[in-house]
Amino acid sequence: MIRNPRDLARYTAQERANHWMVGICFILLALSGLAFFHPAFFPLTQLFGGGTWARILHPYVGVFMAISFLAMFLRFKDLNRMTPADKEWLSRVREMVDGDDHNMPDQGKYNGGQKLMFWVLAVCVLLLFVSGLIMWRAWFHLPVGMVRLGSVLHAATAAVMIAFVIVHIYAAIWTKGTIRAMWYGTVTRAWAKQHHRAWYRQTTGDHR
Amino acid sequence: MALQSLDIARRSATTTPMPSVRQAIEVAKLIDVSTCIGCKACQAACMEWNDIRDEVGGCRGVYDNPADLSPKSWTVMRFAEVEQNGKLEWLIRKDGCMHCADPGCLKSCPAPGAIVQYANGIVDFHQENCIGCGYCITGCPFNIPRISKEDGKAYKCSLCSDRVAVGQAPACVKTCPTGAIQFGSKEQMKDYADHRIQDLKARGYDKAGLYDPPGVGGTHVMYVLHHADQPELYANLPQEPSISPLVSLWKGFAKPLATMALAAVTLGSLFHYVTKGPNEVSKELEDELEKEEAK
Repeated sequence: MIRNPRDLARYTAQERANHWMVGICFILLALSGLAFFHPAFFPLTQLFGGGTWARILHPYVGVFMAISFLAMFLRFKDLNRMTPADKEWLSRVREMVDGDDHNMPDQGKYNGGQKLMFWVLAVCVLLLFVSGLIMWRAWFHLPVGMVRLGSVLHAATAAVMIAFVIVHIYAAIWTKGTIRAMWYGTVTRAWAKQHHRAWYRQTTGDHR
Repeated sequence: MALQSLDIARRSATTTPMPSVRQAIEVAKLIDVSTCIGCKACQAACMEWNDIRDEVGGCRGVYDNPADLSPKSWTVMRFAEVEQNGKLEWLIRKDGCMHCADPGCLKSCPAPGAIVQYANGIVDFHQENCIGCGYCITGCPFNIPRISKEDGKAYKCSLCSDRVAVGQAPACVKTCPTGAIQFGSKEQMKDYADHRIQDLKARGYDKAGLYDPPGVGGTHVMYVLHHADQPELYANLPQEPSISPLVSLWKGFAKPLATMALAAVTLGSLFHYVTKGPNEVSKELEDELEKEEAK
């Protein structure tokens, strides 16, 4: 169903499905992982059928997220190469956060902040995957020194990743007209022109 | 409240104080390595009292049997042949949980009440609350807990907490034919150890001493060693065991820090929205593009 034929396609159905596979896994992992990290969050294990089920499921969901994230990484990595314009955008991010985007440089499909998010999350997923395997006693029996290091790394990386994902979700809520791109794939022309002018020009051929 | 003898002083994954108005006497088991003959009666008594029967293993060319601790072998005699002062010495150490005053397993455990420390000092696993993550193994400085393949729960020596609760000595103590394993209050055991150490020193073991490592706050299982300066001679008993700094970071400092950081990011986002408002497409731009569309 197309609301307005002039809307711009931002994500294909496959891209959206891939994103939500990662998203659902992430939510499950964050909720169960926090439960093992701090007793304040332990009641979250009830969402998974108790502590033991949470412990059994968490690593399998983790492997599934790593695979789906890899697919998403391959889809989007070329679009997330940092350019000088992105660095300029990042250096002026304070203006953006203050709610004044008038002097921000024109952005392509992704701005510097989104690209930074992409690379931080990619590094986080890699570290979580490796350290998670090290901690997975159901399948691996590694020297205790490695497991200790893996445990610290897993917890620290997870905290960083959860913080970045909160910012990711908030940015989507903050920037009105964004979430529909991940639900059904399109954005309005005005949205594109305001937030990603270079991408708008490229997709519409409108060079004003 | 439970039996006074089972008052809990510390409980895993619990941040509020435990009932602590009653005073309890700290207990301890003392293992005098110099009078142990390696008969393994303690292993047999442990199986018997706790109703655990490990698989019958094979001979590995050494006396150690079973070769290692397991979910069904909570204590194992470890035999070491070492040379000291030009003489062969056969050192036999009964290995098992040391019941640390500052237990790394309890500190690491994420499941509330899966590991408790009784007021008398015994560290006990409550398997009904165990989720099988193995963090206790990661936290233990002595490599003691083992996870069962049958039920995914962690097991180790309970210091026969059920016997101690009703005023009995642990099964291994009860059965030891030479009196190498003693049980009583921690103070009594230290006194007894002093007397044993004097005797060993008089017989030429200048370095005889008590193994009650301060790095873990002392233990409720202590050894009398003839070579207390070299505990590693006794099948790698650690010289200065303590909870790994990585474990302390992971299950200490990092917990409140990360929790507060995540709360700050969430609240920061909320208040950013409330104070700065949403990032909307400008009306001007919307009108401009609408006009264009109308053409």
